[in-house]
Amino acid sequence: MADAVLTLRPPLIEGDKSIAQVTHDVCAPMEARPSRLWWLALAASSSLLLLGVLAIGYQVAVGVGTWGLNRTIGWAFDITNFVFWIGIGHAGTLISAILFLFRQRWRTSVNRAAEAMTIFAVMCAGIFPIIHTGRPWFAYWLFPYPNTRGSLWVNFRSPLVWDCFAISTYFTVSAMFWFIGLLPDLATIRDRATAKWRRTLAGILSLGWNGSYRAWQRYEVVYLMLAGLGTPLVISVHTIVSWDFATSVLPGWHATLFPPYFVAGAIFSGMAMVLTLMIIARKLMRLEDYITLRHIDRMAKLVILTSCIVGLSYATEFFIALYSGSSYEQFVFLNRALGPMFWAYWTMVSCNLLIPQLLWFRRIRAYVPAVFVISIFVNIGMWFERFVIIVTSLSRDFLPSNWFHYAPTRIEIATLLGSFGLFFTLFLLFCRFVPVIAVAEVKGVLKYGRPHAEAIHE
Amino acid sequence: MSKRLFVGVFENEQDTLKAVRASRQRGFKIVDVYAPYAVHGLEEAMGLGPSRLPWIVFALGLLGAGLKVWFEFWTTAIDWPVNVGGKPFNSLPAFVPVTFEVMVLFAAVGAVLSFFFVCRLFPGKSTVLPVSRVTDDRFAIVLEETDSRFEASEVQRIFEGLYAVHLEEQIAAEVD
Repeated sequence: MADAVLTLRPPLIEGDKSIAQVTHDVCAPMEARPSRLWWLALAASSSLLLLGVLAIGYQVAVGVGTWGLNRTIGWAFDITNFVFWIGIGHAGTLISAILFLFRQRWRTSVNRAAEAMTIFAVMCAGIFPIIHTGRPWFAYWLFPYPNTRGSLWVNFRSPLVWDCFAISTYFTVSAMFWFIGLLPDLATIRDRATAKWRRTLAGILSLGWNGSYRAWQRYEVVYLMLAGLGTPLVISVHTIVSWDFATSVLPGWHATLFPPYFVAGAIFSGMAMVLTLMIIARKLMRLEDYITLRHIDRMAKLVILTSCIVGLSYATEFFIALYSGSSYEQFVFLNRALGPMFWAYWTMVSCNLLIPQLLWFRRIRAYVPAVFVISIFVNIGMWFERFVIIVTSLSRDFLPSNWFHYAPTRIEIATLLGSFGLFFTLFLLFCRFVPVIAVAEVKGVLKYGRPHAEAIHE
Repeated sequence: MSKRLFVGVFENEQDTLKAVRASRQRGFKIVDVYAPYAVHGLEEAMGLGPSRLPWIVFALGLLGAGLKVWFEFWTTAIDWPVNVGGKPFNSLPAFVPVTFEVMVLFAAVGAVLSFFFVCRLFPGKSTVLPVSRVTDDRFAIVLEETDSRFEASEVQRIFEGLYAVHLEEQIAAEVD
């Protein structure tokens, strides 16, 4: 009975591939010489990275006066970028852990790249709080360690300390999850490698994996454990990020809505970034049979869902400001929509709420360039969302004599560009040296929607 | 002590599952099965018991959480209490987020390290494949021949009936 249902489903992987073909399709591009397009992309992204390194070097040498901050606006570009990048990472964990627990087998084609994206996004995010400390060489002070000042311990009541623990745990767990998933594929690379250096390197990294089912059984258990731990972890991470704001008393930040609002926004922005990267990767690496229109369709549906949750949150914020009866709260929200930074607010609303509504149409979801453009808009919109929350709330608080405005300096913009450089450089290197598709997992779903083995021998 | 092994190689998971079930029914000792991916249903077919890893993970998670609550309490309320905005020194509710994170960290790192430990996976380990291509597209069943009920010709007949692509006998110096 179960078999009858399975055969009615459309296959997850197109092209009726054999198991060996999957290995070949994913591993062969890594063994060939990189294309000219890849070199061009790497040159562009590593130039941006260099720009970022120079900008960070300059601001560390000269000091935080190189930023556009002032006494009213103490958080702006750095924290916006931090929240933006952390949010991007969340879609990777959604795909790798949450969809795994929900038994969504289509995730197998995209989870490897999405998890890589998570790790790279968290690395980009990590830069900003560290340089924001002003003296990044003392960044380790964020951790409680026995010291010669007393020992003076960190303040465990502070959301900034919570954040430090949340981000470092998130990075560690994501990296381990990624490596565990990679282990069988590294063994596959090792066993088919002809170049000696590749064989040796993959041999060391694959830890002697030989496909023994006794190991496979435990592997499945560990994978399930990590998915089960990763799911509450990813929700806790953005919840804690939102507490950085929500535990303060500033109008526009002090809201119990923040945790679910931030988590939904994070998955929304991350899903858009996954779409952006996947559409590029499937084209560049010719993976159309693996990352099919169905994958894009499903991710686009997740984008609409989270876009609507984010939209509901925007509306709820306005309603609660009205309902609270607090004139400061009401002013902050009117100021966001109609004040001097109205353009940022309306960019956010159009990119996050209006444009994604196009994805309700099946024909738009099936037209890859349209999905790509929409995903870029969402990326822009979600960056502006964090900017609006952070900067408009700070710029006009309780006392009009405190009011001030903010504009980023060239150094801050260069740092943001540099983080994009780091992200894309790492992603391009990943595409070259690591199997972009989880080979072992895809082999497990090959038979979905295909005639069964009995038929093969007839 | 050396062991005589009988290796049957198959092309797909359905044949492998059938061959494993048939071998177990006849009481042959299955040393291991090698597969390029986690074949579902193979653990029941091989008769493997459930893994004990979840208990290790659970215990480590509890340990991490317990240690962290104690550490936060000790640093904040005992070793050097600092008055932060008049909040109580023992601010237990405020300790919850970090406790949760450390619990997840202990459980996850513990899960991975104990997995490496029980499967004897470590960098620099020399790989032993029963036959080539088991990490690509071949499935191999390794049976032990010393078993009194073992008869190579019978196994050969069963495996060939299930479309085995290759059969061979091996001598293993050491099997764990």
